Amino acid sequence: MTIRRTSHILAQLADAPPGALPVADRLVAGCASATAVTGVAVTFVTGAGVGAAATLAAGDPSSAAMEDLQFALGEGPSLESAATGRPAMHPDLARTGRLRYPVFTEAATAAGTGAVLAFPLRVGAIRVGVLALYRDAAGPLSGPQLSEALSFADAATAVVVQMQSGHPSLRRADDLARAAAARAVVHQATGFLSVAAGIGLGPALALIRAAAFSGGRPLADVARDVLDGTLLLHDDDG
Amino acid sequence: MTDPARLAQVFVELADTLVEEFDVVDLMQVLAERCVELLEVDAAGLMLADERGGLQLLASTVEEARALEVFELQVDEGPCLDCFGLGQPVVNVAIAEARERWPRFTPAAVDIGFLGAHALPMRLRAQVVGALNLFTRDDRQLGGDDLALGQALADVATIGLLHERNLREQTVLSEQLQGALHSRVLIEQAKGVLAARAGIDVGDAFTRMRSHARRQGTTLTSVATAVVDGSLDLRHRAAHLAR
Repeated sequence: MTIRRTSHILAQLADAPPGALPVADRLVAGCASATAVTGVAVTFVTGAGVGAAATLAAGDPSSAAMEDLQFALGEGPSLESAATGRPAMHPDLARTGRLRYPVFTEAATAAGTGAVLAFPLRVGAIRVGVLALYRDAAGPLSGPQLSEALSFADAATAVVVQMQSGHPSLRRADDLARAAAARAVVHQATGFLSVAAGIGLGPALALIRAAAFSGGRPLADVARDVLDGTLLLHDDDG
Repeated sequence: MTDPARLAQVFVELADTLVEEFDVVDLMQVLAERCVELLEVDAAGLMLADERGGLQLLASTVEEARALEVFELQVDEGPCLDCFGLGQPVVNVAIAEARERWPRFTPAAVDIGFLGAHALPMRLRAQVVGALNLFTRDDRQLGGDDLALGQALADVATIGLLHERNLREQTVLSEQLQGALHSRVLIEQAKGVLAARAGIDVGDAFTRMRSHARRQGTTLTSVATAVVDGSLDLRHRAAHLAR
């Protein structure tokens, strides 16, 4: 099952020796290595819209600079991905980026960037940011590299959603990644609970995960109980 | 076999969706429904490659939870997964005899009353991007003509994923696949939101959103987005904007 790679990434992130770099930094470093790109940036976008963004971590200074540039210019693949909720992939930025983001493309190619590939960090309507890969050399990601990029995006999403729920914990982020990759009924229950409890979708997903974990029950069972009204959840230290 | 005029109508309908701003989720949903109609099967579903090595259910003609599960179990085992791995049709499968082959899928399918299964690959040259999954409640075999029609419908779906035929082909395919998979999750969340707000079950919530999308000529994804952000109020049968 494809969730295994995401789980493995999160397990490695959780397994940090003392004095290790923060999670976000290790995540971007791991992603850059797995996808053989020059730099990776994770940018965190709030519900207030694409304009409210902060780059959480960038594997190298030029990637951070390129992310900042996009937000300063109001154009670029990361912004597009954040806005559309779909990947924006430009394996040959010079050739395909000019039409959509002329100023960014000009600046980025002048600075030596050959490829930019941006992936949204989302679970359906829960949108938390963008993972952007930068490479000096133009060219596509290979199949396995794409798979790695998507798995790192899923891991980053789980980390951010879990952090936003007020209970930051990588162990919980792993469970949350499973919840996010789960069956339709879990997503339905997320929507249902967000209305029933008057909370956002992200916190609702985190609550469902917490209930499954603390009760030792499968996610789908908890989700079904939420949907038929037999399980009322609210936030506690679960 | 189906009336040729109706067949032609369906292909025109599918071709019409292959225009500038079409939505993958809507295309797959319509396709699944037309398969049930034209092939006279009892349920259809489309599984797409998630580009992480696995399959995800993108659209189906069933809303009932246990039936949906039969599709979703195929992420791990079943005719669809085999078809995806082989890139070849896996057809006329007598489910009741498949317990050893698929120990979890078989009992779930039999439990729901599905006796026959067929999976057709969605293939783009050498790359398999998904599979069309069909179920029958009897053990009727699908003949050559039906299978050819089913494959043609699957091929339309595949072309739909790649209507932008230029050098960005691979990246467009990825963007479309990932976008569609994300949209599906959004739609499931919206079903839950609407179910809670309107006091209806998730199946009815889906029907309401789909009817609204078709009446308004918009996509299911955009309706789901509006339901989630509160700008569309579908609590009453005659839908009106919340503001």
